[in-house]
Amino acid sequence: MSDSLSVVLFSGTTDKLHAAATVAAGAAAMGRPVNVLLQYWALDAFRADHIDGDHGLAFEASAPGSTQPVRGTAAIPWLETFRMAKELGDVTIQACSGSLETLGFDAARLDPLVDGPCGIASFLMAAEGGQILFI
Amino acid sequence: MTATLVELETITADKIVDARGAACPGPLLEAKKGMGTVAVGSVIEIWSTDPVTKTDIGAWSGKVGHELLGVVAADGYDRVFVRRGK
Repeated sequence: MSDSLSVVLFSGTTDKLHAAATVAAGAAAMGRPVNVLLQYWALDAFRADHIDGDHGLAFEASAPGSTQPVRGTAAIPWLETFRMAKELGDVTIQACSGSLETLGFDAARLDPLVDGPCGIASFLMAAEGGQILFI
Repeated sequence: MTATLVELETITADKIVDARGAACPGPLLEAKKGMGTVAVGSVIEIWSTDPVTKTDIGAWSGKVGHELLGVVAADGYDRVFVRRGK
C-alpha cells in the first residue's frame, strides 16, 4: 500500500490543467508523493515558450450559454499552483516519452518545471499501490 | 477541535497566515508553508475568507499530525488555530 497519487495529465486546456494542479497540490500538502505524467496536449501546455500563455477551455466547457470563469481564463492560477505544489511536497512532473515521439516534440522545449521524460513502466511502478487519475 | 472558544480567544499565535482572498487550494498551501517556519508545539493562525478552509485544514491536520485547536469566526473571515504536531 502506498499513499502516492499519480496523475496521467492528457489535457492541455487551462481548466483541466487547473484541476490537475489542485489535486496535485492538495495531495502534496497532505504529505503524499505525487507523480504527474504529461501526455499529448499537456506537453504542449508545458512548452517553455507557451507555458505562460492562454490555453483556453475544454471545447465542451465553452459552449454558448455555459458559465465562464468570472475573471477570464488568464486569471486561472494553474501554473502557480503546480509551482507551489513542487515547493511544498514531493511532486514529480514527467513527460511521457511516447507522446513526445508521437508529437515529434523535443523534450528540451519543455519548461524546467518538468523533471524530464519517462517511460510508461517507470511511471506505473511509481504509481503502484497508490491512486491513479486521468485528467 | 481541542480548545474551547474562550481558550482560543486568549491564544497568541506564533504566526498568522493571512490567506484571506485566496481560494482553495491557496489557504491550505499557505498553511503548510507557514507551518514549516515555526517550531513543533507552536500555534499558527490561518485567516481565510473561503468557508471550506476550516474543514480542509481539519482534514490536513489529521493526516499530517498537527492539532486543530479550533475556529474563531471573525468579521467576514475564519481564524483557524492549529498547533504544529511534528
